[in-house]
Parts: sequence; structure tokens; C-alpha cells
Amino acid sequence: MATLIEAPVVKLTKDEILRYSRHLIMPEVGMDGQLKLKQAKVLCIGAGGLGSPLALYLAAAGVGKLGIVDFDVVDFTNLQRQIIHDTNDVGRPKLTSARETIADINPNVEVVGFETRLTSENALEIFKDFDIVADGTDNFPTRYLVNDACVLLGKPNVYGSIFRFEGQASVFYAKEGPCYRCLYPEPPPPGLVPSCAEGGVLGVLPGIVGCIQAMEVIKLIIGRGQPLIGRLLLFDALSMKFRELKLRKNPECPVCGEHPTVTKLIDYDQFCGVRGEDHIVPITVPEISAREVKKMMDEKKPFVLVDVREPHEVQICRIPGSTLIPLGDVPKRMNELNSADEIVVHCRSGQRSAQAVGLLMKAGFRKIHNLKGGVLAWADQVDFTMPKY
Amino acid sequence: MSVKVIIPTPLRQYTEKKESIELEAKTVAEALASLTGQYADLRRHLYNDEGKLRTFVNIYLNDEDIRYLQKEQTPLGTNDVISIVPSIAGGSSQLSVFGSQ
Repeated sequence: MATLIEAPVVKLTKDEILRYSRHLIMPEVGMDGQLKLKQAKVLCIGAGGLGSPLALYLAAAGVGKLGIVDFDVVDFTNLQRQIIHDTNDVGRPKLTSARETIADINPNVEVVGFETRLTSENALEIFKDFDIVADGTDNFPTRYLVNDACVLLGKPNVYGSIFRFEGQASVFYAKEGPCYRCLYPEPPPPGLVPSCAEGGVLGVLPGIVGCIQAMEVIKLIIGRGQPLIGRLLLFDALSMKFRELKLRKNPECPVCGEHPTVTKLIDYDQFCGVRGEDHIVPITVPEISAREVKKMMDEKKPFVLVDVREPHEVQICRIPGSTLIPLGDVPKRMNELNSADEIVVHCRSGQRSAQAVGLLMKAGFRKIHNLKGGVLAWADQVDFTMPKY
Repeated sequence: MSVKVIIPTPLRQYTEKKESIELEAKTVAEALASLTGQYADLRRHLYNDEGKLRTFVNIYLNDEDIRYLQKEQTPLGTNDVISIVPSIAGGSSQLSVFGSQ
């Protein structure tokens, strides 16, 4: 494998030697390896679910320079998995919080923060000073941007991604193997991606995948072991099974292939929006506010309130008088509804219910409205005792 | 040939939550046809309107991408495992290409 880190020119202090003693006494790392770590510059895209364990372990391992790209602010719901942030950090920029945690773990690490959205205009400039990029982002446009920038600059992209209780990990290094586009040449059309992140995730899952990413970064730096280049690691947490699939370099890959057509960064939002393969789910449907629905209830106006959430969500909270028909069941249970009735459909935040209203309107329902903002809006406007989730 | 098809998490809502399906087929195409025959909702998520496999879904036979074998005409052997591998992008939040849950 090509040597990523040059022959060491730095030295370790006495304190550092003691700090990293457990690395130094391993022949696979030794002084040479630890000096490579000290000299290494790693860029973490995202200080969230994946970025947290990634940055924590790279800092603990003594990576000399850690770049972090994140413009987000710590949210209460992040704490279930983004362990670099704690309760006192809620409301603070993730970058600030991450810096402080890293400084506590290892003050020898230089943290370079980029409190900005990664774009085609700034990516090459931000990436160029780093040796390795670790991708912990949460959206497709950025994944393609990171991939393309890494290919153009010749840098390895340590990839990790998760969904609920499944994870993927790999190392995309175009010089020695496939890139992300060899695996997925095109992003999914936005019409098929739900706009609300209601899938949920087992908090510890990004912990595991982020640690795998950290492990791969360290292996690349010290030049030991077999990296995940050309290999897609699949992890199913519920069955606790790891599987591995072969990834091949696509000779026709538009970015890293023999005749690349992508030679500079493009507009990734457009790239992810242009490839419409299917009907875009209608999101403009007739709406009604929570206050208006409450008014109908108070005035005893007859209407049917349909809840399209899942049964386990109803256990958290429900609006009195609602009928539960989970979104997946709407097509086969819509005959339970009478199109002569006034119908209001709701979910948690208004996105799934918008889809349901769309489906019902296609089936001929006309007297139908989407409860804008869902139970979250109900909790804000009508029932302040209702928990939000 | 008796083969197993592994269903990724985002698609399990369309296969009655089953993680894998056993079926009989001679080629990958037959296996996928049998699968989408049993679970009609899967069809539009795996295939576009022109009947082509969607590009953000990869199909593997054991550990090889079928694009580097004989694509959907790849013949199957007994106890082969077909994996459907969609692109996922969850990092901080969770995104699936296959519709909300």
C-alpha cells in the first residue's frame, strides 16, 4: 500500500511517551507508528453520530492534527448517540463542544475547526492540507462531494454510514481501489428520500461504525493490517453479524475511471435532484393547523381524525379521538374511511401524513386535510402537556 | 436452485419485516422476479418505470457485485445468497431511499 505519511520528522515528549506507552510497546505500532500518528492530519466531516467516536479515538490515539467540519448546534436529541457532546453542550456549536472534549482527552492534538457547510466552492481548499478524510455525514449530496473531492485530490476517504441498526464501512481510495461512485454511480432521487428523519437509530450503532472508521484511519496512517479498500463491510447489529462484499473499481467510473468525465466539483444538490426516476411524492396538499382542528373539536364539528404513525409511537402520545391507520396500511385500509366525511390526517411532524393525504386524494377523497406540523404542532399550540419526540 | 435473498433494513417494511427470503430460481433475474411477485411493493423500489434495476441499489451474489458477473442473467447455485445493498446515508440523522417508516 502506498505510504501515506512521510518518514517522521517530529519527536515525542516524555509525557507523550508515557501517554502512548500501550501503543509503543506493540511492534505493530512502536515509536515509528506513533510518530506517524503525530504527524498525521485527518479531517472528520461531521461531529455527530459517526464523527463523535471517530474524533474521540483519533484524539486518544495521538493524531497530530484533527480537522472537524460541522456547522450544526448540539440538540437534546443528539445526546442519545453523539457522545462527544454532553448535556451542558445543548445549544452550543458542535465544533466548540468537540474541541473542548478533545482537549480534555488529549491536549497534544491540534484541532482545526471549519464551522461551515461543505460546498463545491470550499471543499478542495479545506481538504488539501489533510492526509485522510473520514466521512461521517448524513446526506447524499455531501457524500458525493466528499468522494469526488478525495478522488480529485488523491486522498483516501474512510467511509461509514448507518441506518437504524445496520451499518456500512469501507475505504474509498481511488489510487488503489474503487471510489464511492464505483459502488453507487448515482444518488437516489430526492422524491424517494423522506424529508423527515423518522427512522430512528440505535444510539450505539454509529458508535460501533465510527470506531471502525477510526480503526481504518489509524491502520492507514501506521501502514499496518489490511484496510477496507475494495471491501464493503456490512454490519447488522440486531443479529450481530458482519458480512463483507467485494467492491470493484469501475473502469467507466466518471470520477476515478480510465476516462473521467468529472474533473471538477459539480453542483451536488442539483446532481441529487436531477435524476428523477420516479414520481415525486406530492408534498403540497391541503393543510389545516392544530389550532383550527382544536376549534373544530370545541365547536363539535363532525370530522374524522386519522393518525398514520406506527403503534409504538402512539404509546408516546396521541391526540384524543384519533383513529390509527399506520401509513403502510393506508392503501389497504382506506375503505374504512368514508369520502363523504371531513377527514384530517396527522403524523408526528406532518410529512408522512402529507403522503397519506396524497394517496387518499389519488383514490378520490376530496374533503381531506393534512395536520400541518403533526403532533409536534399539537404539543406547541394546543396541548402543552403533550411530550414531544 | 434453493437460494436465500437478504433484505436490507429499509426494504423490510415491504416484506412483512422478513430479513431474508428463501426461494427457488435459476438466475438472479428469476430470483428477483419471484421476490417482487411475492412482495409487490418491492417492485417499484427495486426497479424504475422502464423495468431497470435502480442505480442506487446493488445486487450481490454471495460477495460479488452482479454487474461484474453476468448481471441479472448470472446463474445461481444451491445455497447461494443474494444480497440487496442500497445506498444509505445516515451519519447524524438517518436517511433511507426507500420511503419513511
